[in-house]
Amino acid sequence: MGFSDADLQAIWLTLRLASLVTVLLLLIGTPIAWWLARTRSAWKGPVGALVALPLVLPPTVLGFYLLLAMGPNGPVGQLTESLGLGLLPFTFWGLVVASVFYSMPFVVQPIQNAIEALGERPLEAAATLRAGPWDRFLTVVVPLARPGFLTAAILGFAHTVGEFGVVLMIGGNIPGETRVVSVQIYDYVEAMDYGQAHWLAASLVIFSFLVLLVLYSLNHRQALR
Amino acid sequence: MKPIKTTVFALTLAAATFAAQAERVQIAVAANFTAPMKEIAEAFAQDSGHEVEAAFGSSGKFYAQIQNGAPFEILLAADAQTPAKLAEEGLALAETAFTYAKGTLVLWSKDAERIQDGPETLRAGQFRKLAIANPRLAPYGAAAMETLEHFNLVETLEPRLVKGDNIAQTYQFAATGNAELGFVALSQVYRDGALVEGSAWTVPADFHGPIQQDAILLKRGSDNAAARALLDYLKGETAREIIRRFGYTI
Repeated sequence: MGFSDADLQAIWLTLRLASLVTVLLLLIGTPIAWWLARTRSAWKGPVGALVALPLVLPPTVLGFYLLLAMGPNGPVGQLTESLGLGLLPFTFWGLVVASVFYSMPFVVQPIQNAIEALGERPLEAAATLRAGPWDRFLTVVVPLARPGFLTAAILGFAHTVGEFGVVLMIGGNIPGETRVVSVQIYDYVEAMDYGQAHWLAASLVIFSFLVLLVLYSLNHRQALR
Repeated sequence: MKPIKTTVFALTLAAATFAAQAERVQIAVAANFTAPMKEIAEAFAQDSGHEVEAAFGSSGKFYAQIQNGAPFEILLAADAQTPAKLAEEGLALAETAFTYAKGTLVLWSKDAERIQDGPETLRAGQFRKLAIANPRLAPYGAAAMETLEHFNLVETLEPRLVKGDNIAQTYQFAATGNAELGFVALSQVYRDGALVEGSAWTVPADFHGPIQQDAILLKRGSDNAAARALLDYLKGETAREIIRRFGYTI
């Protein structure tokens, strides 16, 4: 049997979505994680809780509110329309925005933990050596917190690949645009086409296992060092 | 004090006898039939004392669950194929299948001004998105595609179609305004002879194949008298009146 053209299209779309979201999340999530790790502000609790919300909320809740917010009567929808971008639901970029929210805690938390584990001392040492803030971040924090960044990137990527409920709520199932692998599998199951469903579903299981295997092996090696 | 005690005792006794006769029926119901089924279940409980426990969802999902031992006793499907398939596989009793409702497809918009003349609205194309149920999964979706074929609009409108996983989600896309138009079930936008909101065009039944919704007794329910009673009740006038009130024909 093998993959159909529609399957390959869904796989390619999913990989594109997950890669883009991972890059965006590293860019957006790192400053948030940095701030959360080092701030003494009273806002640390609320911001941390907000970032972690997608961990506990059912994806349908997130998807439903995103659909309302990004719709023609929602604040985000009115903003995107006034900017001439049109509406986000049912578009690839709508999925990107949704996934950034949805996978945020999986990227922020590992980075935050890694930075917290560093403590103040390496940074103070670097500062006495007259390293500027950027220099300190790039030459001290990034290398030392590397396992945290690696975990964040892999989890962010994998979690976006596994996203389903949110996509179902705001995607509209458009081939090549919003029909990702998880939705394609769901369609096969619903249409009682179990043979095709197995192909894709089993591939996803193997893929996810390999990703996590790589992650844990790397972290294990790191821990042994 | 004494009279109260006696009353309480009498009530307890009455409740106990009632409970002894009352049974429970677990049923799986197509998402589009959610609202009428809730009313029918209430009426049925009042008339018979039996309790209905209903799960609402898509026929495809219920099929997979029933195949794998879900404890449903009756299936009220959104189509005729799913009950037939279950009967073929020995999971349902073929002779109990019957059509409990026929669906009506409407083109609907939340905007009260948008649809004056349905075919014209479709042809003019003054909209960004048209929501339909996934035609591979939902009979309302298949009927919507057939309607577009009837007007020769499939190629023109294909890029603007967004597909809901079932008819409830399709309605959600249109009701939140994310799609200006949607092909939905009349039962979703209609109560007691009038549109609840927005504007609509009822698609003539000869533009698409019939949306025939069949019920069937599942093997698990074959020994439950309450399950058979509910099936009979669905064929009766009380239920049919409710069914019609929600925009179905029967």
